[in-house]
Amino acid sequence: MSWLAPGGDRRTLWLRRALLPPYAWLLVFFLAPFLIILKISLADPLVALPPFTPLLDWAASGWQRIHATIDNYLFLFQDRYYGVIYLNSIKMAAISTVLCLLIGYPMAYFIARQPPGRRNVLLLAVILPFWISFLLRVYAWIGLLNTKGVINNLLLKSGLIEQPLVLIYNDFAVYLGIVYSYLPFMILPLYAILERMDRDLEEAAADLGARRWQVFRDVTLPLSVPGIVGGSLLVFIPAIGEFIIPALLGGSDTLMIGRALWDEFFINRDWPVASAVSVVLLLILVLPMMWFQKTQAGRAERRLV
Amino acid sequence: MNASNQTVGGPGGSGGAPWQDPSLSPIVEIRGLAKQFGEVTAVDGVDLEIYPGELFSILGGSGSGKTTLLRMLAGFEAPSAGRILIDGVDMTDVPPYERPVNMMFQSYALFPHMSVAQNVAYGLRKEGVPAADIRRRVGEMLDMVKLGRLANRKPRQLSGGESQRVALARALVKRPKLLLLDEPLAALDKKLREHTQFELMNLQDELGITFIVVTHDQEEAMTLSTRIVVMNDGRFEQVGTPGEIYEYPRNRFVAEFIGKVNLLAGHVKAVVGERVEVECEEAGGTLAARVERSAALPVGHACWLAVRPEKIFISKEAPAGEGLAALRGVVEDLGYYGNLSLYRVRLQSGKILQVSGQNRMRTARKTVEWDDEVWVSWQEPSAILLDE
Repeated sequence: MSWLAPGGDRRTLWLRRALLPPYAWLLVFFLAPFLIILKISLADPLVALPPFTPLLDWAASGWQRIHATIDNYLFLFQDRYYGVIYLNSIKMAAISTVLCLLIGYPMAYFIARQPPGRRNVLLLAVILPFWISFLLRVYAWIGLLNTKGVINNLLLKSGLIEQPLVLIYNDFAVYLGIVYSYLPFMILPLYAILERMDRDLEEAAADLGARRWQVFRDVTLPLSVPGIVGGSLLVFIPAIGEFIIPALLGGSDTLMIGRALWDEFFINRDWPVASAVSVVLLLILVLPMMWFQKTQAGRAERRLV
Repeated sequence: MNASNQTVGGPGGSGGAPWQDPSLSPIVEIRGLAKQFGEVTAVDGVDLEIYPGELFSILGGSGSGKTTLLRMLAGFEAPSAGRILIDGVDMTDVPPYERPVNMMFQSYALFPHMSVAQNVAYGLRKEGVPAADIRRRVGEMLDMVKLGRLANRKPRQLSGGESQRVALARALVKRPKLLLLDEPLAALDKKLREHTQFELMNLQDELGITFIVVTHDQEEAMTLSTRIVVMNDGRFEQVGTPGEIYEYPRNRFVAEFIGKVNLLAGHVKAVVGERVEVECEEAGGTLAARVERSAALPVGHACWLAVRPEKIFISKEAPAGEGLAALRGVVEDLGYYGNLSLYRVRLQSGKILQVSGQNRMRTARKTVEWDDEVWVSWQEPSAILLDE
């Protein structure tokens, strides 16, 4: 079959060319910025422009030397403040993700079980908030949650409360903001899985003696795991580094890494420490995902045996 | 109603048929069952009794309501009216998980995240059967469908035929009183289908479980079933053994749905006992038929005369004999199928008759050719009289 070989070569060549744009994209917009941040995180702060020491330096003797330090990372580990912030960010992102899942799963399930026409309308309603700027939507919550906001006014006027509730500038408001903002990212992948799911499987389980909740536990839930994982990642990853929501709705005691980053960059102007903070954040996100990918791949391989 | 006149029978159509045994009570009783989806009537008030040990087929085209009927038996659809009794107990409002009924889905609906053994065990686990018993019964069931060696496979590693057998094992392992099969053979290729058909019949015989099969394939229904109901537009056109349905169709729909048939329009001219003479313009004269199972029609009534292609003889010479209907025509078209040949004969009236003939002799020269002037003839009792 040697006559096939040239064609085959040409095809792989074309495939490689076709793959160039995505790789170039990743290189320019992901790898390069990451390397720059990594470089800054290894520098010392400086009162200058830019506010950090260059990586390559000309020594007085004229020799080029590499100027790198891990002081910034050591600082992160020595200062308990950062450990607390990381853990708190993970906790808040995790709780928000679970809340999104608990609210989003029934919604996705309900939408997926509607007749096709109504399904699209409901799906549109889920996507509709994206038509308004994210910043504006979070701002709108201030008007709702304020001490003199819509909710408190209604409750006061109806006589249910006598003192306005403290609904804003605390962790509660941050959870509310995150769950509200990221719920569609949970619903959409779950909907995609549930909508495609073969209804015969659920009927088969019922036919074999499973009650409704058993059908859900034994069939629907296990088969929607890919949607749960996808939706959870889509909520957890942006939520952990979220800046706008804790900045607008959170209190001064709301500790999230996004705000710490902002403070280091723009208040302290300590770019090297700020860069170290974001590199560590990336590791916190990427390492568990790589582990997850590996176990999933391993499981898929075992399934084939 | 015609139990005494059991001249033709399908499998199980002999004297000891369960539906003719007065000591047996039906395993399934359907009374006035109807299902409406909005404006659409899927099942239109049907009555049916199915007896223990039957392999009963519900035969119909798409949209005939056959699947809806099956789904109501399984409990997936709530009837708009009527009752369903299974083994004497009213099951109309009983949810699917409490019915002594299991179903084999057309898509097989195997749980993709469970192994073959786990799939088969699922029903027993929900029943709360002890683990040791589950293992034993699953093993037995898988051996029965010859899948013991695949117990640990996942469904997506199975071929179509293997999946079909897993689905069957999963539905049978709970020993239901009734097994419902939705197009059980439709997803298999032709060779496998014929083989599986006989396996299915043997299994049913061995287990003695009543099977109800929904199918659109009339050949499948004919070979599998003890009895068939032909469904059309939500109604039952006819219930009977394959032989009864084929040889004594009750109306035009059944005659045309099952096998090929020639229909000649006419009017009743005279009735002498069971013999009916029909004035038939398309045949250019008077033809006779016997009324055996159809209701007698009054003189002057419009009717159809139905004759199956294989009941018609084709010859170049005028046929001789008593009680023959013989017509002249020209061979317009001829199809050779190896084992048989199909002829399309144009009568003098312009009406086309389909005739099929067995090719018994390999060396015989084809005696009838294109454009030959021929006689077509049949025994008078071979013609069936159908009401307009």
